[in-house]
Parts: sequence; C-alpha cells; structure tokens
Amino acid sequence: MIRLDKVSRSFTVGDQEVAALRGIDLDIAAGDYVSIMGPSGSGKSTLLNLIGLLDRPSSGTYRLDGGNVTDLTDEQQARVRSEKVGFVFQAFHLVPRLTAAMNIELPLILAGIPAAERKTRVAQLLENYGLTDRADHRPDQLSGGQRQRVAIARATSMHPAVLLADEPTGNLDQTTGKEVLNLLEQLVAQHVTLIVVTHDPAIGGRAMRQLHMVDGKITNEHL
Amino acid sequence: MLFPDLIRLTTSSFTAYRLRSFLTGLGIAVGIAAVILLTSIGEGLHQFVLAEFSQFGTNLIGIQPGKKQTHGASVGILGSVRPLSIEDAQAVRRLPFIQYVNPSVTGNAEVRANGKTRRTMVYGAGHEFTNTFTIRVQTGSFLPDDDPSQARAFVVLGSKIRQELFAGQNPLGSYLRVGGQRYRVVGVMEPKGQILGFDLDDTVFIPAARAMELFNRPGLMEIQVNYQPNADLDSVVRSITGLLKERHGSEDFTLVPQEKALEVLGSVLDVITFAVGALGGISLLVGGVGILTIMTMAVAERTAEIGLLRALGARERQVLALFLGEAMLLSALGGLAGLALGVGIAQALHWLFPAMPVHTPWLFAVVAELSAVSIGLAAGVMPARRAARLDPVEALHAE
Repeated sequence: MIRLDKVSRSFTVGDQEVAALRGIDLDIAAGDYVSIMGPSGSGKSTLLNLIGLLDRPSSGTYRLDGGNVTDLTDEQQARVRSEKVGFVFQAFHLVPRLTAAMNIELPLILAGIPAAERKTRVAQLLENYGLTDRADHRPDQLSGGQRQRVAIARATSMHPAVLLADEPTGNLDQTTGKEVLNLLEQLVAQHVTLIVVTHDPAIGGRAMRQLHMVDGKITNEHL
Repeated sequence: MLFPDLIRLTTSSFTAYRLRSFLTGLGIAVGIAAVILLTSIGEGLHQFVLAEFSQFGTNLIGIQPGKKQTHGASVGILGSVRPLSIEDAQAVRRLPFIQYVNPSVTGNAEVRANGKTRRTMVYGAGHEFTNTFTIRVQTGSFLPDDDPSQARAFVVLGSKIRQELFAGQNPLGSYLRVGGQRYRVVGVMEPKGQILGFDLDDTVFIPAARAMELFNRPGLMEIQVNYQPNADLDSVVRSITGLLKERHGSEDFTLVPQEKALEVLGSVLDVITFAVGALGGISLLVGGVGILTIMTMAVAERTAEIGLLRALGARERQVLALFLGEAMLLSALGGLAGLALGVGIAQALHWLFPAMPVHTPWLFAVVAELSAVSIGLAAGVMPARRAARLDPVEALHAE
C-alpha cells in the first residue's frame, strides 16, 4: 500500500539546511494499523505530511497503491489526496462558519460529486457517528468529542484507503479520546490503513505496528 | 466543484462576516450609485437641452448675414457685406424642397395700449412664421401675406402681452402702439413659455419690413428656412448657397442647419455626461480598493482553512475560484445595491424638483454593473492568488 524508499526531507531555515527525515525505508500494507511515536521534532509530522501528499520528499521514492507518487504536480497530488487520503487533525480543523453536515460534505463538494449523492452519503455518515441531531450545528456549538467525530466523518466521506491522524486525541480528555480512538480503530476493521502520529505511548501502544522515531530516523519497531 | 456549491461556499462567508461584507459592499454601492446618479443627471440634462433646441423641428436652416470662418462674431457688423433682404427670403422660398421661409428681425421697443406701457421684444416676422416653427395662433390669425414693401400695420400678440395690456377683453381689432406707430391686433399666440431665457409670450409680432424700418436696420438678422423633412440636407444647403451667391455675387452669408448644430451640441453634452460619470468612477475605484483590503485580510485570517481545503483535496484552482468568487460576488451585490440606490436617489430628486431633468439609460446600468464585477475581479486576483499558492503544510499550522 505505502512504500517509502530512502526518503529524505530537508528544509532550509535561514541559511541552514535542517534534515527532518533521513533515509526512511517503510512498507505499510493495506489495512495496517500503524502508530508513529517520538519526541517533538523527530520528524513524525513531516513523515505524515509526506505520506498524505501535502509535501514532497527531497530525495527517495514514494509509492502509494502501486503507483509512484514522488513527483506528482500539485494538481495530481490534490487528486490523490481527494481520492485516497483522509486527514484527522489534533485541532479538528473544522470550518467555523459551516454546519457539521456541510463540514462533512466539503471533500465531496470539492470532488464535484452531485448533490443528490452527497446528501445520502452525508446523512449516512451523520448517523454512523451519532451526529444526526447535530447536523445543523456549527462547530462552536459542538463538544470536543463531537467535533472530532465530525472531522472523522469528513475524513472518511470519500472512502479513503489511508487515514492519517495527527495527535487525534491531543485536544480531548481521556474518556473522549478513547471513544475517538475506538472509532478510528473500527475503520481498520473495514480495511482502511490507519496511521496515527502521537507522543503518547498509551495511545501508540494500541497499534499493531509501532514505529519510534528520533532525529528523522525510525529507530525501532514493535510488532 | 459544482457552480452552485461555489456560490454556497462563498455566501457562507458573507453571513459569517456580515458587517464587514456589508461595509465592503457598501463601498462599491456608493461608487455605482454615484456613477448612476451623475450620469442620470447628465443624460437628463442632455435630453432636456436637445428637446429645447429641437422643439421647433430639426428640419430648419438659419441663414445669417456675414461669412463666419471661425466661431468669432459675424463680420456683417462691419458693413462689408450685403445685408439679407426680404427679397432674398422670397427667392429662397421658390427653391425646391423648401416648405416655409421666415425673415426675421428682432429688437426692443415700447408698446402701449389701453393707457398701459410696456417695454418688450418686437419680432419682425414673415407670414409663414407659425408654419416655420410649428407654433400656433390661439385666436385670430397670424400676419397676412402682404407685399413686403406695403405691409399693413398689423400686430400679433404673445399671450403674456395680451394678459398685461388687454386683461379680460378681446384684443382683436384693438389698436396698439409699437415704437410710436399704430398697429391693429389681428391675433394672439398660444402660450409657449420660456425657451432658453427667450420669452416668446412677452413678444409682439409685426411684419419684418416694418420692423426693419422701426429699428432702422438695412437688412434682416436671419432667414429661417423650413425644408421638407425627407429632403437631403446637403442638396438643400447647396441650392440655397448657390442661389444667394448668385444674388449677392459672393458668399457673404452663413448657413446654420439645425441638424448640424444639434449634432455638435449633442457631442458636447456627451462629453459632459462622460466627465461627470468619470468623477463617480473615482469613488468606484475607492470601493475596489476596499475589496482588495478585505480580501487580503480574509486570506490572512483563513490561512488554516485554506490549508484544510488543500488537505481535503482542493486544487489550487479551486482555492483561487473560491476567493475570486467571493470578491466578485461581493462587488456584484454591492453594484446591484448601488444601482438601486442611484436610480432611487435620481427618481427622488426628480420627484422633489420636477424641473430637474433625470434620465437613467439602461446601457449605463448594465455597464456600471459589469464594471463593478470586473473591479471585484481585479481586486480579488492578488489575494486569491496568494491563497492558492500557500504551502498546504504551513497553512494548516497557521493560527
């Protein structure tokens, strides 16, 4: 599903070259549940952005779903993101002026899916995540757990193959965090590849594969 | 992304930032209102002035003594030319396509009747005066077709003179003294009102030959020619010029076709309308700067949202379309409001001051609305491009 070969990513900060990722080799099969742990600055978010095609490697190759996606144009990257990747963020990133239903609908709108089909898909998602009675609420009228559920519903609205979660429970209390994690893990059962970035071992420990990163390298892996 | 969704997404930010969107739209609205209002007044003035000048018909040619090379005064005053005579007018009358001819001399004189005296305009006219200018006589008749050299001492009164000197009585057959001579009243004109400060109602009409005598003038001040409306103006002008050159031996007169004068006047008025419209355009430009400001702010404020849209699979072009659409919709709505405002104020002005001519041509309204939209487009391009080119990763983490 995901295959990284000697992938490096470096940034220029001022006149200094800073390496965020150094020669990463990684193979993730479809339906895997992977957590990436490590201290801040270890490159785990950069790796996630790379896998999500929000960024490009400085060197190395990246193959997603069998195709080489290392050197796609912006346009092509956007298309792959739209069709294959879902994102869940720590800060939820809901559009504040849109209702829960419309936030969920956003990826479908951007992909140009006809209104009638969107309506049934959104209704189904609202029901799946227990948000039907919150459909017309705006994000500031929702609790943290509800907001993250909206975000997960939105991330899955295009039936992505890969779901990328960056500290998905970081802004939630423990109980709600557990609930949200359960929801994400249910997706793995539906054959979605789930990659969770976290610094919390209690959360990372629930994954089938646990990667540890330090200084832009994967140091060890627990199975 | 489908078009209705684009509209839905852009309008969602209007409702979220109501006051700000309203104020930005207002900037454009004021600009459009100013353009519409000013051009409406300009166009109203245009039509008013042209109507004033063409109310006697446009198939008129004035013949004046003296050759005008430039716009300076007639050299006829210097006496180096032959004056226009009543015989000239009669000769012109016999040319093809000529319907009516009116020799005219005007001046001021004292008129007296019923023991009342009044200083007024005296118009020396021919018997075809009413036909030439399509003016009507109210009672009695106009001056008869007399031999100019022995024209009878008849006078026709303007309605105001009749009111002043013969209030409440039938003036027909009464006598009136004009500059010491006795004239018999044969008719009263219909009220005509002021025409560019020229009050035909406060005028008495006497035969042109007698007026020349009265004012001690060697010739006519002008001959007005009314030609058949379907005749070719150039050939009429040529035949009159040919005839008078033959009679005078040289071209010591000037022909002023009403049609040509109206064309010149019309183009002058067009320039005025355009100039006041351009003044209004300045405020429209200021409104455009307002949109530029607000869109730049919106991009800065919604950076994280832009990052999110990109993560959800939005292409650069879609982000560009969203922000451009917002700028254009904002200015289009502002433009419509301004259109209503401008037309409303123009109509209100017309209602308050009925004398003030106001006219809004539809073409202006359409052009104003189109320019509002294109100003929105121009103002939106820079911020929208900035939004589209944001790095998604950096944008996502902006606060």
